[in-house]
Formats: sequence, C-alpha cells, structure tokens
Amino acid sequence: MQVSYDIEGGNFTRAGYASSDVKRVLKQLSIDSQVIKRIVIALYEGEVNVVAHAWSGKATVTFDTDKITIVIADRGPGIPDIDRAMQAGYSTASPAVREMGFGAGMGLPNMKKNVDELLIESTVGVGTTVTMITKF
Amino acid sequence: MSKGFYHALKINPERCTGCTHCVMECPTGALRIRNGKAFIHPNWCVDCAECMRSCPSEAIYVEQDDFNRIFDYQCRVALVPALFFAQFSKTRSEEEICSALCSIGFTHIVPVELTAGVVAERMRQKIAQAERNPSISPFCPAIARLLQIRFPDLTDNILNVKSPFEASATLFRRELIEQGVDSEQIGMFYVTPCAAKIAEVKGNDNCNGLIQGVLNMDFLYNKVYHIIQSHSAEPSSSTAQMPAPLSTDEMCWSQTGGEARHFAGRTLAIDEIHNVIEFIERTELTGEIQTVDFLELRACDRSCCGGVLAPANRFIASERLDKRAQRHSEQSMLATTTTGQARDSLDNTIDSPPYMPMAKLTYTGGIEEVLRQMNSVRNIMCFLPGIDCGACGSPGCQALAEDIVRGEAHLSNCIFMQRQMEAAGKLSNQSALLIMERVWGKERMEKNCFKKGAKYEGK
Repeated sequence: MQVSYDIEGGNFTRAGYASSDVKRVLKQLSIDSQVIKRIVIALYEGEVNVVAHAWSGKATVTFDTDKITIVIADRGPGIPDIDRAMQAGYSTASPAVREMGFGAGMGLPNMKKNVDELLIESTVGVGTTVTMITKF
Repeated sequence: MSKGFYHALKINPERCTGCTHCVMECPTGALRIRNGKAFIHPNWCVDCAECMRSCPSEAIYVEQDDFNRIFDYQCRVALVPALFFAQFSKTRSEEEICSALCSIGFTHIVPVELTAGVVAERMRQKIAQAERNPSISPFCPAIARLLQIRFPDLTDNILNVKSPFEASATLFRRELIEQGVDSEQIGMFYVTPCAAKIAEVKGNDNCNGLIQGVLNMDFLYNKVYHIIQSHSAEPSSSTAQMPAPLSTDEMCWSQTGGEARHFAGRTLAIDEIHNVIEFIERTELTGEIQTVDFLELRACDRSCCGGVLAPANRFIASERLDKRAQRHSEQSMLATTTTGQARDSLDNTIDSPPYMPMAKLTYTGGIEEVLRQMNSVRNIMCFLPGIDCGACGSPGCQALAEDIVRGEAHLSNCIFMQRQMEAAGKLSNQSALLIMERVWGKERMEKNCFKKGAKYEGK
C-alpha cells in the first residue's frame, strides 16, 4: 500500500500530518510500539525539515508486509555538505525557525538513529530526497 | 482483563429513534445504527457517556442498582463524593444534606475523598519512582479505558494506585469491622456522577464484596431534595452521623486540577475527552508528552461536576464546590491523625493492578491481510461522497468503508451510492427502499406526526 502526503514549506502548524496518519496505519498493522515510535519520530523530523528549509515537498510512504519505505522529496535549497548536515548540532535553520523551537541541528542525526537505512540525495538549488527504510 | 469491558450505558430500543446523534458524537467511533436502533460496539466503548449527552430521545441510560437493596443490610453506608453537596445551593448545609441521606435510610455517610490525601501521597511516591514520563492519573475510568483501546502503549504510564472511593470503602469497612460490625451486615453504596465509575465498580473483581451497589447521583439528588424541601419547616429527627470533615484539597480532588495541584514538576490537567485525545495525539508526535511529569486527564468537561449523572450545571456546581471547600480546614484529618489499625493497613492495600493494553483494531488478520483490507478501504473511499452525513448508519464515510470491508455493511447503504446505482439501472427503487429499511427500520419511512419537532409532538 502506498500513501502520499503533500508538505507545505514554512507551515509549522501542519507539520506532523503525515506522521500521525502513518502512525494510525502502523497501529492497525499491530507493529511493535517501539518500532512505530522510531518510524514516526524519523518521519516527523523529515516533515519538519521540509517545512523549515524547503519550499514544498512530498512524503511517499510504502507499506510492505516486512518493511516501510519513506521517501521525502522536496523542492528547496538543497544541502551543500551532507556530511556536515549529518553532524549532531549543525544547523542552517534561520533565526525565525529557531525562535519556534526548531533548528537544533538534530533532525538528520535523529532520522538516521531511528531507521534501519537512510539515504540522502541533494542538488543545491534544486532540492533534496531522503529515503528511509525500516524493517518490521 | 480478557473478558472485555463491563458497560453501564444501555440503549432503550423502545425510545431510540435511530437519529445518529450518538453515532456522530462518540469519540471512539463505537456506535452504529442497525435496524433503526443505535448499537454500541462493546470493545470500543469507554463509557464516557458522550452518546447519552447527545441523545435527544433519552434512549440512552445508565443502569443502577435498586435503591431498596440498601435495606438488605443493617449497616447502610453511603459513599458520597464531595461534589454531591455542590449540587445543592450554598444555603443547604452539609449537615442538612447528610441528615436527609440518613432519613432515607443510610446509617453512615462516608466522603469518597476521605482517603484522597493518602492516595495523593502514594501517587507522589510512584511518580518519583516512575521509569518514564509522564505519569498518568488513574482517577477517571473512562480515560483509563480510552488509553487502553486507543493509546495502548501509554497504559504502563497509568499509576497503579486505587481511586479514593475504593480506598475509602476499604478503610471504612475495616473500621466498622474493628468496631465489631458483622462484615455481612455492611452494605456500601457508591453515589456516582458518571457511567464510567459504575463500569469501574462492576467490572473490578476487587470491588466484589467491598461495594454492594452503585446509585446514580441524579436519582439520589431528587430523593434528598424532596426530603429537604418537606422537612425544612421542622427540625430533623433523624440522627445524622456527620462524616469526618475533609480538607480543602481533599474536597477539590474531583475538580479539574484537583490532583495536579498536589504534585511538583511539570503537571498538566486536561478535561473533556476530545481535548484529551487531541493533546495526546499531538504531543506524542512531537515528543513533548515526555517532558510532562504528571498528567491529570478527565473525560468530562469540568471533570466530575460535568458527569452525565450530576444534575446541577457543571460551571455552577464546580464554583460551589470550590466555595464549600474554602470553608474546610487546610489540614487533612486522615493524613495527620491515626485512627487505628484500619488506617495503618490502608497503605498496604492502596496499590491497584496494572492496566492492560486492549488496542482497538479495525481489521483482523496478519499484516498482509490487513494491508489488503486497508487497500480495499482506500478503493471504496474513491466512490463515497466524503460528506460524513451518517445516513448509512456509520459515523462517516471512512467508517462506512471500514465496515464494508469487515463485512458489516454494504456500499448500497450509502444514499449517494444508491442514487447512482438506481441511475445506472443496477438497483430498483423497491430494493433501495428495502436497504433503507434495513438500516433505519420500517417506521422511519412512515409519516409520524408525533415525533420530535412534528406537529403533534408530546400529544
């Protein structure tokens, strides 16, 4: 089963829509609650990243019998140095975003920590695609 | 816990007109209309009584024990919550109300919140020992059930401490036995402001033998009010045994914030079941829920003063309760004085068994099967109109799609689908009517000038 969600850049009040829906589905699939928690944290961080940095994006979630695949693709500034972005505490978030309690530089590290596989592809000035896979 | 929930909410089929108000209001989506009557899915209902509040036909009721059963016992104890006194105007003294309770047959009045201070102390210890945040109050039984079915991984966070009513009943029963009263002759009757408390008492094996019956607060209010009105001219002749006075904090235990005020750290008090659901869903997602030390969650707006069986307006009752409480002492009688062995042994019996998760699952089967069913629901949703009118007997289009996939409803239950099927020549007019009758019953299709809002209503 595949479900897609639009993510609107800059709109923090709507961040979390995809992750709460995915959580609902995973609960119905009777996935272990700790596994659900980790998947949902990773997807929520991904949503917040798009909202905080990009102009628009889409999360496409594929549920298989043995795994979940999340692809978050955005149109945005891209990440010039992915290795640095992966470091805990490194952030390029604007002061306005930090003001709202986001932008602590934990987004990508948190996502990596909570999924089995994380793949980042980015082109500066075009956008970023993050792929996350977790086995049930 | 595998035997499922006990339910105190019942539907009177004679009165139910199948109007869908309850179906649309239920916060857990547990109601359907079938054959013209409301039907409650027993595993999904948390006894919050939102359905009863929304019912325009008084078709949903809360069962209670026969009042005359109190006379099966020599020692007839009324377990009365502080908010019962707040149902009466401030000019009615607690003595007056207690003596009226005695004149209708009770021999002892025990305030439910007698042990609130002791319960709070035990909760404080458990919060300090808790391995993960937040600790959640076990006080509101509708909320405990809501967590069990809808947020099952939070059941471990519910503090395993008895509610004051159970602790107070245990304590007072021991005191009576210490005084030489035969245990068989003690009848304890709990006066409840809500359906969930009844379900808690009746569904709890520990309450077997401890509490002999449950009386609805609105029923008892009418009885007491009548006595007070007719006796007010003459001084009371009954020998009211006044209960031990509560402290201000104990009086206010059932108010919103009444528990949270006892604990240090980051505490939040949230009332009304939709507010509770919204709060948990949001803060679980953002992780903020873990930054809270203690959560007091109550199913009713204005907590127990908003209970479905509490007759007074909830805002007025809650203000009266605060005012009455201010007249009480700051000091808790029970927490500061020792009243014998009974009090000492309370500490050993105040813990309650853990809460078990009982997840509400829409589908059954393994992952592959559930995914297949979810895909079917998504396919069906392409056709349903998405206006959530409830005319199919389910709470909305999504719920109808799920019911169809579970084999409990048909696509043709949707009146929009019926029209399309008729237009396409796939359904005859007569069959469409028959389908409507299956959901709504035969009478629904007939003219009836006596129904609510019609010209002979009430005649």
